[in-house]
Amino acid sequence: MLKDLFYFLVYPGLLFAGVAGGFLSWFDRKITAMVQFRKGPPLLQPYYDFLKLLLVKETILPANGSRGMFLLAPVLAVFGATVACVLILLPMLGFHTGFSGDLIVIFYLLAIPSLMYILGAVSSGNPLAAVGASREIKLILSYELTFLLVVAGVILKSGMSIRMTDLLMTQETGGAVIGSVSGILLFIPAVFCIQAKLGLIPFDMAEAETEINHGCFIEYSGICYALIKLSKYILLLTLPAFLAALFMNGLHWDGIHILWSVLKILGVVLLLTLIRNTNPRLKIHQAMKFFFLYMNLLVIIAYILIALGI
Amino acid sequence: MAFKDFIFRKSLWLFHFGGASCNNCDIEILDCLTPRYDVERFGMLLVGSIRHADVLLVNGSINHKDKERLLELYRQAPKPILVVAIGACGCTGGIFAGGYPFAGPVDQIIPVDAYIPGCPPKPEAILSGIVQLIEKKKTEKAHA
Repeated sequence: MLKDLFYFLVYPGLLFAGVAGGFLSWFDRKITAMVQFRKGPPLLQPYYDFLKLLLVKETILPANGSRGMFLLAPVLAVFGATVACVLILLPMLGFHTGFSGDLIVIFYLLAIPSLMYILGAVSSGNPLAAVGASREIKLILSYELTFLLVVAGVILKSGMSIRMTDLLMTQETGGAVIGSVSGILLFIPAVFCIQAKLGLIPFDMAEAETEINHGCFIEYSGICYALIKLSKYILLLTLPAFLAALFMNGLHWDGIHILWSVLKILGVVLLLTLIRNTNPRLKIHQAMKFFFLYMNLLVIIAYILIALGI
Repeated sequence: MAFKDFIFRKSLWLFHFGGASCNNCDIEILDCLTPRYDVERFGMLLVGSIRHADVLLVNGSINHKDKERLLELYRQAPKPILVVAIGACGCTGGIFAGGYPFAGPVDQIIPVDAYIPGCPPKPEAILSGIVQLIEKKKTEKAHA
């Protein structure tokens, strides 16, 4: 029991994921600044932002909203992100618990933060938040199918087992999934799916600053917004780690493998940042078409190639 | 308390309110975010919602309609919030001060922490004003 709490709260849970995710957030902002020939924020900036929102700022509740849900949504978002993070990292880092990494459970846990953002936005009673929430729902509908198909494709490639330990074992012996043509074809939709899950440009229409003023998060301030920031930091670690597990032979915490593990995560985040900095924001129907038509087509081609054994 | 002050100074998020402005100050404020001046290196971000803001930048002359909106924004902002009046119009009313739609300079409507005069102030002047605001927070803490 105490051990489980340690896993959840300290390592590899809340504390570790928050700190590492904060670092990745700084990395993202620094790379963005470098792309735009700016100097960029200092290393500790994400922690300053989080602590300022948590300790200094006042929390305001909307007058016309459902207050309970408004307050509960960020807490549950952090909870969902942390549980997903723990369940992804535990099997990958070689902790022997009863859980061996059921991909379906992880898939559903990863959907919790987005759903909570929607509930929080709708319960705030702000019309712009409602617009953001409706866009987020449409975005979820478009990328979740592609994401599920990608996960199913990886399962198909590694011997029809939905356990993460088996998946890692297969990659250990048979080479990483991304090392084949079908693996690369699965990796491209996966990257765009996590881009949409993280709400980064080109898929940030749910929180577009310039048109709907942060959309889903417009009414959040103080502690609630700090928790939303924290859940974003945790997701920024969790989703690249999940991608590393699915495609790149997972993470290993011993010897020289530490370097490779860190480079894998940083590489995925770098890819996300570069996509974010070289694309404009899509309209919601463009995003739906992008996932439903083109990304699903790529996944289907990958399936055919898997069936042919390429 | 000192720790809270330190964090607050390190991460000031800006919200921009333009009154009946001629748009010059708005452009100069946006200039501060461009690669040449880059206020993000001080941890500052331009945010779209007043609920996330730590600094309220006000520019332009404030007429009677703007006054209501400015008061509403100030009431909705999570405290502590700093207010910066930018440009001659924001500080004193400038050439609009005697006009009939004019509803008083910003500091007669809400408390102002820093004034950045100029028509429009250069981005360097805005940056220097922001740095002085941060320094002011520091000395206030030292006196308290």
